[in-house]
Amino acid sequence: MTTTTTELTGGGAAPDAAPLPARRNRGGGGGLGSYILIRFLLIFPTVFILVTTVFVLMRSTGDPITAALGGRLTGDQLAERVHAAGYDRPILVQYWEYLTGIFTGDFGTTISDNRPVTEVLTTFGSATLELSLYALLVAFVLGIPLGRLAAYFRDKWPDAVLRVLAILSYATPVFFMGLLFKLIFSIWLDWLPVAGRASTGAEIQLSTMDGGTGLYTIDALILGDPEVLRDVLQHAVLPALTLGLLTAGVFLRLVRTNVIGTLGMGYVEAARSRGVPERRLLRKHAYRPALIPIVTVMGLQIALLLSGAVLTETTFEWKGLGFQLVEYLQARDFVAVQGIVVMLAVIVAVTNFLVDILAAFIDPRVRY
Amino acid sequence: MATVADPTVPVAPPVTRGGWRRLPVIHQLRQSVGLQRAMLVAGLALCGLFVLVAIFAPLLAPYEFNQLRDPSGSFGAQQAPSSEHWLGTTVGGYDVLSRVIWGTRTALFVIVVAVLMSIVLGVLLGLVSGYFGGWLDRLLVVVCDAIYAFPSLLLAIVVAIVISGGESSLVGGVMAAAISITVIYVPQYFRVVRAEVVRIKAEAFVESARVIGMGHWRIMTRHVFRNSTRTLPLILTLNASEAILTLAALGFLGFGIEPTAAAEWGYDLQKALSDVTSGIWWTSIFPGLAIVLVVLGPTLVGESLNDLADPRLRTRRRAADVPLGVAEVTVVPGGTLGAPGGLSGIEDVREGEKWGQR
Repeated sequence: MTTTTTELTGGGAAPDAAPLPARRNRGGGGGLGSYILIRFLLIFPTVFILVTTVFVLMRSTGDPITAALGGRLTGDQLAERVHAAGYDRPILVQYWEYLTGIFTGDFGTTISDNRPVTEVLTTFGSATLELSLYALLVAFVLGIPLGRLAAYFRDKWPDAVLRVLAILSYATPVFFMGLLFKLIFSIWLDWLPVAGRASTGAEIQLSTMDGGTGLYTIDALILGDPEVLRDVLQHAVLPALTLGLLTAGVFLRLVRTNVIGTLGMGYVEAARSRGVPERRLLRKHAYRPALIPIVTVMGLQIALLLSGAVLTETTFEWKGLGFQLVEYLQARDFVAVQGIVVMLAVIVAVTNFLVDILAAFIDPRVRY
Repeated sequence: MATVADPTVPVAPPVTRGGWRRLPVIHQLRQSVGLQRAMLVAGLALCGLFVLVAIFAPLLAPYEFNQLRDPSGSFGAQQAPSSEHWLGTTVGGYDVLSRVIWGTRTALFVIVVAVLMSIVLGVLLGLVSGYFGGWLDRLLVVVCDAIYAFPSLLLAIVVAIVISGGESSLVGGVMAAAISITVIYVPQYFRVVRAEVVRIKAEAFVESARVIGMGHWRIMTRHVFRNSTRTLPLILTLNASEAILTLAALGFLGFGIEPTAAAEWGYDLQKALSDVTSGIWWTSIFPGLAIVLVVLGPTLVGESLNDLADPRLRTRRRAADVPLGVAEVTVVPGGTLGAPGGLSGIEDVREGEKWGQR
């Protein structure tokens, strides 16, 4: 590996990666273009496989109407409802209808409250988005500097402490972490609200305002009421910390590993032999290339974040998609569950695509 | 297939010179120093403790997990810790300590079932797919990649609906969690085993075996499989901890096992959610801590193994202690994890992407 390549690409997660002619593709040449195209086309089989898997699995238990209303209706009424919804037709016909529906943006209609699933998304999606953004912020602010610190003090006590904390953040289930925070900060210390996205007064103000984005922080800023803003932010602290710490642990690990990796690279060694001080080596030479892999794994972090969001929202009654999903689960409304799951699959696939493209712009090695 | 249920003693490797010292984990235990050794030892100790508690649960627990009263009367709900109930009672009137102890059994069941199923399926698919290649291989790779990138909890929810239809018996609940974990982890075993198989397939000794007329199955099991197991212990530890987290998460979301069927910590935490608001801490802290400790065991082992497998991260003894300090770089078939060029498979899984996913 030549020094130029190394400096360009860093010594990230794949020390064994074959040295690529990194400069050739700079400026979005043909390599990047075809990469984007192939990567884009890959979305379709991914979504198709997931949709099919979920469809087959959910249908193997019987039709959703019987599942939701089974105990409450007589056999005839049930059969009528099943017939009206078309669930007595051949499974392949239903499957085809479902697939074409998804392509036109129709993810089905919930049984329990008779709403299109897309409407559920637009109503509750913003809350989940807000929570995820806060969590990412926490993860970046905590994970990256601490990972750097751990690498700097490698194998000394600060490193040991940080690593144990990172492992703990993984080993603690999100909802238990949330419960602990609630207990400590809301009940015992009484610093922060127990649950929800805002207190009742603020919630009413925010939901009745015109042109609201659904992101309460932004809405509160538009509203220009400092009290409402304070209220919204106070409500966000604990959920954001809960979900953010999970990802922060992952980032810490990743940054630590990569900084240690780049610190051992030839060009850092060379700088060291020229007498560059250790601190400067870390700051100027090893740190920045080590951040690249963070971008490349962000795609998979989104899946992690979404899973975590479902649990965090349930813990804090944060009325987002995850919270709603659990409500539908408890109502045995499997059309809604299937719709939300499939829709999230599409969102994850598309976000993954965008992140991969971003990563390809930054790091030439990830291109095909 | 040489798989062992106990997460701490993962896969029997081919016996080579050096005997038991070359066994995974034991080998690493001898190799490690400092923090890495501390983590490994602590992790193994936690795993051991967990298994012991699960085995001796009937002796350790003061009451049954579904016991509501004793001869002196009903336990009462949400009783604070006392001499009768060391850790208090839950909102449903169960003894917290007993449910924490009995919960280890449910957890162990899930780990064993999930790990066995994932290993068998994932390794088998990886072997066949990598060895034969062709369209099946390509199809499996795409399917596994699709599942790999999907939020695992959502998949687990769907699988749980299918398996138990939302009903929660012991077997149904355990199988729901175990099968969901299997679905999520098969792609991971598949990926690393396949990558190894593709690499090993090109080696001369496989060629030779084919030349002397060995059958595909025999080559696959004797030559390829045994040499492609070195990354398995790592994934296994992840797999085990993830199994518990998924079981607990499903329980927390209301897909748990009914309290009369078995003790399950996720269910207890769900019920404790409203207790917290009224300042009742003992119903949530203890089951939660139990989950943390059980997850911590395999996670610490895995973290330590990961470090030891990566020459960049491995803390070496001082030069004086070990001559040259490079003895780990070897090409013994099925040998140490430190072999050159063999890290990519581990990095794929360990380097954070999937780490912590639940």
